[in-house]
Amino acid sequence: MTKSIFARPAFAAGIFARPACAAAIAALVAALGAGPAAARVEGDKIILGSAISITGKYSQEGKNAKDGYDFAVKRINDAGGVKVHGKTYKLEVKYYDDESTPARTAQLLERLINQDGIKFVLGPYGSGPTKAAAPVVEKYKIPMVEAEGASRSLFTQGYRYMFAALSTSEQYLSPVIELAAQLAEKHGRKPSDLKVAMSFENDPFSLDVRAGVLDEIKKYGMKVVVDDKMPRDLSDVSATLTKIKALKPDVILASGHTKGAITAARQMKEMSVNAPIVALTHCESADLTGKVGTASEGILCPTQWAETLKYKDPLFGTAMDYYKAFMKAHPEYNDVPYQVAQASAVIQIWADAFRRAQSFDTEKIRDTLAATDMDTFYGHVKFAPEGNNVGKPMVLRQIQDQKYVVVAPLKYAAEQVEFPRVVAQK
Amino acid sequence: MSRRSLVLHLALLAAGVAAPFLFPAHAVQFAVFWIFVLFALTWDTMGGQMGYNSLGNILFFGLGMYICAVTQIGLVYDVAEYTASNGAIKIDFTDPQYFAGLALGVALAALIPVVVAAVLSWVLFGLRGPYFAIGTLGVAIAAAELTNAWNYVGGGAGIAMPVFPGGPGMRERFFYAACMIAAVSCYLFLRWLYGTRFKLAINAIRDDEDKAEALGLHTGRYKMVAWSVSAFFLGIAGALFGNMTGFIEPLETAYPTLTFGIFMVAMTLLGGKGTLWGPVIGATLFYSLREVTWTYLLGWQYVALGLLIIVNVVYFQQGILGWLRQRVPRWFEAERETAGSPGPGAGA
Amino acid sequence: MLDNLQILLSQPVFNLQLLLNGLSVGAVFALIAYGLGLVWGVTAIKNLAQGDLVMLGGFLSFEFAQHGVHPIVSLVPVCAIMFGFGWILYKLVIRRVIQLDLFTSLLATFGLAITLQQALNLVFGPEVRTVSSGFGRLELAGGMVDITEIRLIGFGLCVLLAAGMVIFMKTSRIGQAIRATAQDPRAARVLGVNADLVYALTFSINAAICGAAGTLIAMIWVIQPFYGIAYSVRAFVIVTAAGLGNLPGVILAALGLGVLEQYSGFVFGAQFQQATIVGLLLAILIWRQLALLRHRKALQ
Repeated sequence: MTKSIFARPAFAAGIFARPACAAAIAALVAALGAGPAAARVEGDKIILGSAISITGKYSQEGKNAKDGYDFAVKRINDAGGVKVHGKTYKLEVKYYDDESTPARTAQLLERLINQDGIKFVLGPYGSGPTKAAAPVVEKYKIPMVEAEGASRSLFTQGYRYMFAALSTSEQYLSPVIELAAQLAEKHGRKPSDLKVAMSFENDPFSLDVRAGVLDEIKKYGMKVVVDDKMPRDLSDVSATLTKIKALKPDVILASGHTKGAITAARQMKEMSVNAPIVALTHCESADLTGKVGTASEGILCPTQWAETLKYKDPLFGTAMDYYKAFMKAHPEYNDVPYQVAQASAVIQIWADAFRRAQSFDTEKIRDTLAATDMDTFYGHVKFAPEGNNVGKPMVLRQIQDQKYVVVAPLKYAAEQVEFPRVVAQK
Repeated sequence: MSRRSLVLHLALLAAGVAAPFLFPAHAVQFAVFWIFVLFALTWDTMGGQMGYNSLGNILFFGLGMYICAVTQIGLVYDVAEYTASNGAIKIDFTDPQYFAGLALGVALAALIPVVVAAVLSWVLFGLRGPYFAIGTLGVAIAAAELTNAWNYVGGGAGIAMPVFPGGPGMRERFFYAACMIAAVSCYLFLRWLYGTRFKLAINAIRDDEDKAEALGLHTGRYKMVAWSVSAFFLGIAGALFGNMTGFIEPLETAYPTLTFGIFMVAMTLLGGKGTLWGPVIGATLFYSLREVTWTYLLGWQYVALGLLIIVNVVYFQQGILGWLRQRVPRWFEAERETAGSPGPGAGA
Repeated sequence: MLDNLQILLSQPVFNLQLLLNGLSVGAVFALIAYGLGLVWGVTAIKNLAQGDLVMLGGFLSFEFAQHGVHPIVSLVPVCAIMFGFGWILYKLVIRRVIQLDLFTSLLATFGLAITLQQALNLVFGPEVRTVSSGFGRLELAGGMVDITEIRLIGFGLCVLLAAGMVIFMKTSRIGQAIRATAQDPRAARVLGVNADLVYALTFSINAAICGAAGTLIAMIWVIQPFYGIAYSVRAFVIVTAAGLGNLPGVILAALGLGVLEQYSGFVFGAQFQQATIVGLLLAILIWRQLALLRHRKALQ
């Protein structure tokens, strides 16, 4: 330990008077000042910018989104790029790591816009970071198309420059409540007799899903018997599950991104906790069938997109074609999570907007984006005035024979829902 | 203050004032820079000057952020209703409402943490050495977890902050100025404080607390004041940072124990603890490195941070200023004359 | 909250479920805390990277499992590798901070913790991983209570390891040297004990213990690069509560903490689980402080 060293500022006079030191400080200040001044369009490249989670609690999902972005960028570039005013441009994405923290997302977006001259923004991962990003793009009037922020509160603030390819979060698990009510009536029970157990992660996304569920539960007069919030490092939910086991609910709902899905599914199997209806979010990105095997049978999974749906576009072909192509390019995936697909769709939305606008003016692009009305492999895209996509539904899939099968809404259903859920022994 | 020192201070001040005008695109980055300077300065008061290494100073930052947010919203709307709606309610603030709320919020964000620090110091300062570090870390984590479970302030869903009324550019300059004023007043205040008996007292606590007590020093009071000073400025920093970010939530934004909470320590050690300028230099170097290289490391940045901390404490204990002092003692002669402190080689 | 208490009173069988889950967690906590206390007692280093060493051990066994090695078999190579890793860490970092003040060692190991978790994140990715042990599940009390066999096996392994450590410490030359150094480093040195070697061995043994704990956690629960800190915090709570060199205390505190976590999660809700642990740590620190104050007053 060094004892009281020159705490008096006078020493500063000594140190800063030295030219070498002054130069060093000046160099540092200059380093701060001199960021690379890339432009939105550089030569034959259109540069999109994104602050995405590469480290931190959303790094798994952030990787999904980034893979989706990159996959579509490559496909569009390989297919000849985007033609604007007879000139062909290639797409490129500039990434920063937002460390899964909203504060960092906001800072990095300022940086992308102000210093890197980015005029076209791709969204971050997660509702929290997206909530931090939206005010920034709004302030600079820079359009952003986001794929991974589903919180409905994003679309009540009157943002003009933010568009989302996905359906909003209250649509994730509330259809499960609706389904439960229908099934109960079919089996001669009153929906208001149903008991619901909920376990949601304490983060903006999951709490928003919970709010949607609560509204629906109130509508049917069901009873909430367990309402726990999972902590951030959730490696053990056995206490909550013991409670659930004791109270024998009719519906179990859980949402905690990928780690929540794995932990919940695995421990439900270990503690033989079951209910007629069990629903989890993020089944696909958690790779439930691969990770917990037959114990995942019968679990309901809300999804933004499914490869079995009859969507198609000229670039990727059908949803199934996209699925196959992506699996070929990324053998490390066991399944294509919808997080990947919607990120790819966002790139298509951008390319489409450039083509139709025939301009790089942000105002013009914004208006063009607002008028988007296109079919993609991910579903139809049409933005509400608030910016959310109302062109496609959320669907509910059930794991049947280790496959994700669409069971609701009826219009898209490929199979009947298996009810009540039966757990495979061992 | 010598003339040379005065000229230097004025030059740095002028550079600080000019920065957002010269590089308007970087105003937000510069504003966060001042917050980092403030972090390091306030941490050093405790860790460097007094020898009480707190790992939980981030507590006051988070408190300030939440107090300010609740005040700003509470002045015009019911807070519980606002947070319960999960952001579905949008409040339009008039200009006077916004600025009155912000002013009152910042004031409370400075004062309440002082009270909290005073109360906590009564409990925590009984802990010595590493127990104090672990205890303060515990308090910060507990505060984060409790805020996270408290529905009134939105829990894990966070709070959307009021929107600054001015157009683009205005907002950055406004918060830049606010952050700079906060950091500079913190510096000036500490500079004045370190010129008084107070510094001798807290240094005595660092060097040997039992002896200091035996000599009749009311160590408890000094410790309380030192921590309260940290709390005061950190509370302001939290309030400003929350408003700059626009959306706050407990674990990652308000109480980032493992990022900002550790940066404070790392920056101070890097610059040289127990000095007034060490934290400033450490913060400048750390923040510049972070902004210039961080974003290009894409995932490797925290490995680099971990290695930086290890190398710093294992091989480079004395920090930059300590090293300079050993290498070029004549640069520090001016300080010996004015302060009359022991010469180089006084390190233990 | 009261409803939940009601369940426990009216259906006491669920107490058994909570107890079983709590004890099996607690046994692993005990292992980790024992290692932490060992290093703390002998070298005075408070190892904040303890939980991250545990995660590293877990990921090693995960890697072995990828190559078809059963996780229980992989205990042996994992512990061996971790022992070597501990040795390297000691030579590179720990040795240099032993002589310095306590906060420095705290910070150095904290730096180590950050480096380890981020490196794991880069190498293995951020996914939650588990290693399948292939064992089934036992039903007790007519299907009301379930416990996986691997939890019981893990508990047994913890007991075996702990017993082995105690015998090793009591009977072997190295164990005696370690204990002697913990009691009085100067006297031990005078009597010809190579302190540097003892420190290195202690830290390496701790790393091996962490490896074993990590393997068990990977089999019973899940591992993820950033979960280490939770285990570090718990180990600190346990050692602080039990006091140094108090093995029965460590075991009791660890099992108690495991059970308490289950009960607080059950009664208050999972969102208060973490806060309970941290609150407990603070309470213990303050309580010890008060005890110390009384002691000082008595001396006066």
